[in-house]
Amino acid sequence: MAELSVEHLLGIKYLKENDIDLIFRTADHFKEVINRPIKKVPSLRDITIANLFFENSTRTKLSFELAEKRLSADVINFSAGQSSVKKGETLIDTVNNILAMKVDIVVMRHASVGAGVFLSRHVDAKIINAGDGTHEHPTQALLDSYSIREKLGNVKGKKIVIVGDILHSRVALSNIFALQLQGAQVKVCGPTTLIPKYISSLGVEVESNLKKALEWCDVANVLRVQHERMDIKYFPSTREYTQLFGINQDILNNLGKKIVIMHPGPINRGVEITSEVADCNESVILNQVENGVAVRMAVIYLLAQQVKR
Amino acid sequence: MSKKNLLNSKDIEIILHRLACQLIENHNDFSNTVLIGLQPRGSYLANRLAELLKTSYHIKDLELGLLDITFYRDDFRRRDAPLEAASTEIDFLIEDKNVVIIDDVLYSGRSVRAALTAMQSYGRPESIELLVLIDRRFSRHLPIQPDYRGRQVDAINEEKVLVTWTETHKKDAVYIEFK
Repeated sequence: MAELSVEHLLGIKYLKENDIDLIFRTADHFKEVINRPIKKVPSLRDITIANLFFENSTRTKLSFELAEKRLSADVINFSAGQSSVKKGETLIDTVNNILAMKVDIVVMRHASVGAGVFLSRHVDAKIINAGDGTHEHPTQALLDSYSIREKLGNVKGKKIVIVGDILHSRVALSNIFALQLQGAQVKVCGPTTLIPKYISSLGVEVESNLKKALEWCDVANVLRVQHERMDIKYFPSTREYTQLFGINQDILNNLGKKIVIMHPGPINRGVEITSEVADCNESVILNQVENGVAVRMAVIYLLAQQVKR
Repeated sequence: MSKKNLLNSKDIEIILHRLACQLIENHNDFSNTVLIGLQPRGSYLANRLAELLKTSYHIKDLELGLLDITFYRDDFRRRDAPLEAASTEIDFLIEDKNVVIIDDVLYSGRSVRAALTAMQSYGRPESIELLVLIDRRFSRHLPIQPDYRGRQVDAINEEKVLVTWTETHKKDAVYIEFK
């Protein structure tokens, strides 16, 4: 029946193929809802959701908040910058204090890998991981796959290349899990220093030549270079990175076929992707943002179904 | 479990014609009227009626929409099994229109209550009427009554009314199931 096999959304690696299918089918309905004149349904009237962002976020936080409000849930927001975390409170204490206010679902972004899993073992609420360090960002991967499915009809059998900073990217890891679960082929492309050492153990091939990678693929998911996570220099200069791994219109024109361009944002225009490419017809970057709300509504709705009173 | 045949395909055909005529009596050429079938089961009846109005009664430009009420139900999380949503297909606004909600069985009235709420997302209609094939009186939880009914049934709570359509069960029929 129409129920997720998991109690929390901690990462794609805990999901089954059926779960992804159910989330997408539910998201189809919510996509219709958010395109109505009145974009709101009353399903989650009696559900309270806390958005705990221990790490900065703009679009993910907005997207979650909008998804929650479109479902009529009550929402409270928390950002680490303005909180008692700075006064030395532990994660469990912070969250338990918030749960004492009768919260049903926690959406959390945290800089530490596994923060969501840790929390799910210690508190009595549904946890949705909105990014834990360099580990997973499941809703981003789901909305990426959803956008591919929307554009190409199916994810199964498609060839997807993830370009850029794979080492620091939770988007990359979640995408690899999600795409493989749905039967797609995944390659990664980027400077050797930014490719994780054990990537081949995931069954992912590495292609260091951008042109070859693009010729192979149906979809290129372009990631941002995460300067803020880099403690050392991974490549000589941004200019050199752009020359080797930046996607511009010339490269696309010479491919002899059309490929779908994706980017989870925020875009560094002129670095990993030129403005021309970001705004071209094959780019689904803004569709990804719209689909993000529908997919997050689906995830929240399906998890809220399991909340028992 | 035993079941009794309440209506056969001939009975249903006569009822559909009667309901179509009653609709025409009140809505003339349907220029300001839209039909909305409730997903999933009301959609078969709605499609059938729309087809009949077009072919047998020459109503042109009939607007038919299908409405899914899953996200508007008041028993979300109170059921044993989770409900899966069906699609909503309404590609027109119902602002200032006369709306006829169509469902197969009227029982507690809660689906219709949810439909009334859901409809608000598509505008403010001039009026809303309710058409059902089977009206189970004596089992209402809410003050909701149909404007057009195919057949009234005095079934008790333990009994179940089952409507089958050619599209799904190869046969038009209505049964009452006894436990």
